[in-house]
Amino acid sequence: MKPNHNAIPRLAPGVRLGDNDRQPKILLMPERALRLNGPSFEILRLCDGQNSVLGIAEKLQAAYPAADPQQILNDTIDYLAALRDERAIDF
Amino acid sequence: MSGPSTSKSVNIDSSKPLALIAELTHRCPLRCVYCSNPMELSLRESELPSAVWTRVFREAAALGVLHLDLTGGEPLVRPDLIELIGAGRSAGLYISLITSGLPLTESKLAALVEAGLDHVQLSFQGATAATAHEIALTTSHGHKLHVLQWLRKHSIGVTLNFVIHRRNIHELEQMIALVEDYQPGCAEFASVQYYGWAFANKEALLPTRAQVDHCVETLQSAQIRLKGKTRVIFVVPDYYAKYPKPCVGGWGRKLMLVSPDGFVLPCHAARIIPGLPFDNVKEKTLADIWESSEAFCRFRGEDWMKEPCKSCSRRQEDFGGCRCQAFLLTGDAFSTDPVCSLVPTRAQVDVTLAAINAKIPCGPEEPPRYVYRKTCK
Repeated sequence: MKPNHNAIPRLAPGVRLGDNDRQPKILLMPERALRLNGPSFEILRLCDGQNSVLGIAEKLQAAYPAADPQQILNDTIDYLAALRDERAIDF
Repeated sequence: MSGPSTSKSVNIDSSKPLALIAELTHRCPLRCVYCSNPMELSLRESELPSAVWTRVFREAAALGVLHLDLTGGEPLVRPDLIELIGAGRSAGLYISLITSGLPLTESKLAALVEAGLDHVQLSFQGATAATAHEIALTTSHGHKLHVLQWLRKHSIGVTLNFVIHRRNIHELEQMIALVEDYQPGCAEFASVQYYGWAFANKEALLPTRAQVDHCVETLQSAQIRLKGKTRVIFVVPDYYAKYPKPCVGGWGRKLMLVSPDGFVLPCHAARIIPGLPFDNVKEKTLADIWESSEAFCRFRGEDWMKEPCKSCSRRQEDFGGCRCQAFLLTGDAFSTDPVCSLVPTRAQVDVTLAAINAKIPCGPEEPPRYVYRKTCK
């Protein structure tokens, strides 16, 4: 299921970002961990229960000004849907 | 427990372990007939004190470990569990509690969460009190349902773990109903694997092929139905697989297990392999043990392999399978895991399966004469 533009993603229970320098850009989850490359780290950092899907896409746009806005929004939505299926986030 | 999920796990530096399994104690109120503890249980007097565990957790984090699994026996019987959770969390580890839920109270759970617990894996022996009692010889099922209600009040990860075998596989639909009702982040349906206590009860516990097929089909539809709510994982009994499982993600590649008395093992069952010397955290650091202990080096990499493993294209996928199973079934821990269909020793697995599948259950079977896990004072 894809999130709508106003949905507010947050990390699922038992999921958190690595919080020390031995765990750079690592998402810790029950019984596994995901390495976060490039924008995936930015997206997860913004899944804090404050930002909407549109808000996340806008902040990514600021970080990647050359990228096509519609492409950023679509990719963000697809990535958030995949993260939900992995039970990394709720929205 | 290694499931399909491990393929998603990161290996930031492939020469370092990712998980530490801390068997805090072998004491347990349950007496499950497939318990993964060794048949020779550690006594309470020999259990490591809090201070040693705390040092071990720090050494693990420094070594690159991300996950700390607090298990047993039943870790809740340790009076210092809250302190140990705090110590693991301060070391920078992700803390899971692998528990039967006995003896847990609502206020104790709140204290564990407060101390930094990230995730609880709650085991179920069946979907009914009667089946759970037959397996564990303890009344626990009703209490587990209370524990589930308490868990709802906290924002921590929850996995429901069902150990599947012939005596409870008919309750699968009821187990799934429990999962659908609670909607944990993850539900594991883990088939019994046959070592130690489970090996002694193999005739009673191995399901038939028809049961396994039905189970796979039912869980596949549950996976689709629960997508986005609960991740459903099924680990098949490897006797029914064509190729061996990549046991513990490869020997000495991803995890370390510390027994209640401080010995460091590459897997739960490693003690059954004769002549394998284990080092102890009381004498050496975890880093030393990981790098140079004979037990970890013996089957690490590929140099130990015989044919057909040595030249097999799957050797990077399954690492020759399980060393303990190879020893149990062939008497040679260096041989290919006999679950593998490429070796003649597979015939032994097939003989066992043929015997199980020839017994067509007509109506409910009588409870078998189990070898129950010993109690441990």
